[in-house]
Amino acid sequence: MRVGVIVFPGSNCDHDCAHVLREVFKAEAALVWHKETSLRGYDAVILPGGFSYGDYLRAGAIARFSPVMRAVEGFAREGGLVLGICNGFQTLLEARLLPGAMVRNRSLQFICEDVHLRLENATTAFTRAGQPGRVYRMPIAHAEGCYIADPVTLRTLEDTGQVVFRYCTPEGEVTEAANPNGSLGNIAGVCSRAGNVLGMMPHPERCAEVVLGNEDGRLIFESLLGRLAATSVAGVTARR
Amino acid sequence: MVIARVYVTPKKGVLDPQGKAVLQALQALGYGEVEEVRVGKFMELRLGELPEAEARSRLAEMCEKLLANPLIEDYRVEVERAR
Amino acid sequence: MGDPPITKALIEAHGLTGEEYARILALLGREPTYTELGIFSVMWSEHCSYKSSRVHLRRLPSSGPHVVQGPGENAGVVDIGDGLVAVFKMESHNHPSFIEPYQGAATGVGGILRDIFTMGARPIACLDSLRFGDPALPRTRYLVRGVVAGIAGYGNCMGIPTVGGECSFHECYNGNILVNVFCVGVAPRDRVFLGRAAGVGNPVIYVGSRTGRDGIHGATMASEEFDAGEEGPRTTVQVGDPFTEKLLLEACLELMSTDCLVGIQDMGAAGLTSSSVEMAGRGSVGVELDLDQVPLREPGMSPYEIMLSESQERMLLVARAGREAEVEAIFRKWDLQVAVVGRVIAEPLLRVRHGGAVVAEVAIDPLTRGAPSYERPAARPAYLERVARLSAAEVALPGDLGGTLLMLLGSPNLADKRWVFRQYDHMVGTNTVVLPGADAALLRVKGTRRGLALAVDGNHRFCYLDPRRGAALAVAEAARNVVCLGAKPLGVTDCLNFGSPENPEIMWQFSEVVDGIAEGCRELGLPVVSGNVSFYNETSGVPIYPTPTIAVLGLLEDVSGHAARGFCQEGDPVLLLGETREELGGSEYLKAVHGLEAGGPPRLAWDLERAVQQTCREALARGLVRPAHDCAEGGLGVALAECTFGSGLGARVRLTEGIRPDALLFGESASRIVLSVPEAHAGEVEALARVQGAPCQAIGRVGGDRLVIEGLVDVPVSACREAWARGLERQVLHV
Repeated sequence: MRVGVIVFPGSNCDHDCAHVLREVFKAEAALVWHKETSLRGYDAVILPGGFSYGDYLRAGAIARFSPVMRAVEGFAREGGLVLGICNGFQTLLEARLLPGAMVRNRSLQFICEDVHLRLENATTAFTRAGQPGRVYRMPIAHAEGCYIADPVTLRTLEDTGQVVFRYCTPEGEVTEAANPNGSLGNIAGVCSRAGNVLGMMPHPERCAEVVLGNEDGRLIFESLLGRLAATSVAGVTARR
Repeated sequence: MVIARVYVTPKKGVLDPQGKAVLQALQALGYGEVEEVRVGKFMELRLGELPEAEARSRLAEMCEKLLANPLIEDYRVEVERAR
Repeated sequence: MGDPPITKALIEAHGLTGEEYARILALLGREPTYTELGIFSVMWSEHCSYKSSRVHLRRLPSSGPHVVQGPGENAGVVDIGDGLVAVFKMESHNHPSFIEPYQGAATGVGGILRDIFTMGARPIACLDSLRFGDPALPRTRYLVRGVVAGIAGYGNCMGIPTVGGECSFHECYNGNILVNVFCVGVAPRDRVFLGRAAGVGNPVIYVGSRTGRDGIHGATMASEEFDAGEEGPRTTVQVGDPFTEKLLLEACLELMSTDCLVGIQDMGAAGLTSSSVEMAGRGSVGVELDLDQVPLREPGMSPYEIMLSESQERMLLVARAGREAEVEAIFRKWDLQVAVVGRVIAEPLLRVRHGGAVVAEVAIDPLTRGAPSYERPAARPAYLERVARLSAAEVALPGDLGGTLLMLLGSPNLADKRWVFRQYDHMVGTNTVVLPGADAALLRVKGTRRGLALAVDGNHRFCYLDPRRGAALAVAEAARNVVCLGAKPLGVTDCLNFGSPENPEIMWQFSEVVDGIAEGCRELGLPVVSGNVSFYNETSGVPIYPTPTIAVLGLLEDVSGHAARGFCQEGDPVLLLGETREELGGSEYLKAVHGLEAGGPPRLAWDLERAVQQTCREALARGLVRPAHDCAEGGLGVALAECTFGSGLGARVRLTEGIRPDALLFGESASRIVLSVPEAHAGEVEALARVQGAPCQAIGRVGGDRLVIEGLVDVPVSACREAWARGLERQVLHV
């Protein structure tokens, strides 16, 4: 069971993701340079946060042409698990692996703070350890996190359960005041139709350790690693 | 040599928080006549020798692929021939 | 394009005095070339040579059991155990930030980050100390927005969290803001790299961005006063590229994991000149440069421009001969420029070639150790007599002390700085245990149980009223802030911001401040391992108040269980360590409520300070108390209110000292800490304080939703919080 964390020039949460996987969950994690062209040997891939290519032009716009993204696209098409966090989410949008786009925060400012999230879909590989409707606290840190999509796309996302997280109050109410960046429908995370690709603006890797005072982010890693463990056991059984 | 000027602007109807902020600032400065502001990007590209039609089609491709995000942005290209 | 002739006007334009120029003639035995004139000008500028401050800085203690590297390198280094060291420094970027706040502040962050990773340490946190002018001025708002956005823009993109600092306002900074940036990194003790050239024949390699015409003469600009009306020459402003710096950081750390590297230094102020000269100077060797090999951004740059350019995101390094290809491969991998631009030579001189000709040849020593050093005249300022006196009769007691507390909580200097901090990514790196806004920031050190506590402090008003005591108080408070998280202070870095050293009164302030820092550091056993001096912070002859910023780094043995703060348990006894005297001099209250800046700053008794710090640290280490809170600007009243903000729990307190109620609530007596303690441990804490010799009194209990100070104040916690939380927006940003 091996998770690849992609390193684009300017990624800066790559080490944080690898740290949580290795030190907190004792999983095998490797940093994958953006010029790699194959993801053979990986069971899941994380596109970490940061400022790939300085966020110049648009966040994620240049990274999406990195050689490794071809491989990520193929990996996702074959049902591989792909998680994009923050800048990784932006890159997945630019690469059209997820629908919609990001524009600048309503306030025009970079915002770093804890937000509350309501889990809308607990059936994905990344959220299966959670309970639908439960509220999680995780930090955001971005300047371009206002999620938008055209009305048809938005409706489809809602109808097919592709909205995975929404910004909400600590009590779980989805309100305008609880929306930090102006995202349509308070959307904080969406998944692909098949559910194997998730993009989210909050940073679960920043809240997965007791020493940091918050462990709500464990949900994502526990779900992901749990699924991988289950499938690898199944794989072994099948081969027998 | 071909000089291309590419203007990328937020699509009509897409929220443009920068434009909104600039609009408010201008109005606060007394320019009440300003009704709308859209903030976009301007890029100047220098291309080697190639026929204008080909330059235009390749530029459109560049915009669709990288320079603009067609989901949220419109683009316009001006082409000029320089020596 | 020929070089201009060396005229008197040209020499003056380079900021060199007649005497200094005569010395150049004597050193060279001939007239300098234009390039040489430029080299002398930047190396002998105040910024690079510390010519007015060097004789004084020697008085600062700089050694100690934990010190691995003291002043003189790119940053200071202290041992933090487990085979690791902390590398830290603070630097000012005042003048550039006043001229162009976004880029000035951004490149300030870029510069200090390079100082840290050039030594082999991955930066793990930044803090900044910011001083702006009168909040009522529109320009102040513009500068605040620009500086904060610039710090955020650079640090966030680099992925280095900005975890704390201070931000305050005073009209003395109307024409000269202060942007002091602190950075700390962590490295293995045996992998610290120095800015030293060595090994004759070894290649000198240039890496990073290309060289452009930006920032030429930035180093001398930092050593000149502003004139009123003139907002400075915009052309010398450097533009930062944090993305390139991020690549440079990763590439340098990758190079450092090999054994190719001999020495490395950031090209900061005075670019290629200072980096090559200083590396040669520390290694007692020479350097020969071939400017034709330097990667340029625009054609036709003269040797003068190439040597003096302050283009950002560049480093100069010396590698082992024969390993050039490995170095090149690493920097190419990261899409960076890399070029061998010279060699280490035995003769101790800088020789510069361009277009085949030698355009400069200067001995190293006169540019470094032998640079001018002045013991400038100092005279006690006349204003001190005038401001020393404070008669209690002049200070009317406010009728509504509760209202006064709310007003103070919402005043620009005491109000919540969340608007600032939330624009900084303060969590990236996943080390931040205590978030911005506390007495100090706390970071865990990955791979160990330890934590680093970081605080920056300075009180310009205290330093104005009494530079020596003001500086000593800043050292005491910064150390106390670190102690409030349970950490043991290990080392200090400072940024000394002053007016013109050519003014004897400023020089006197400077000398006194150095003595105050030296006293504080000696009394608390703290070495000053790095630092920075910024002179000429004055406009039209009006200087800023003397403003030393002190940063203290502390070490916590066990970082777990530190994420909470403030009052957290109904019924907990509230203890006050230290004593409250009738001291109103220099207080925030006196300024904000009465418009007075007078009297002496609070007294400082080192025995008491040590006893209070020791008690607090010991009590935290034994797990007897909840997170502690330093009592500083705004006094005990404000400190108690701040303790309620985390949980919303109030307190009922009774203060028994027989002094003026406003001094009791808002006086800023030094050496005080507020503690809340589980009932069962209160006795043990009091006993511990007795052993240490620290006064300790139970002043009340946590509980309810009001802050009640019997007979004086009775206000809802929510009102305190609201005043505090909205203060900055109301008073400064007007949003």
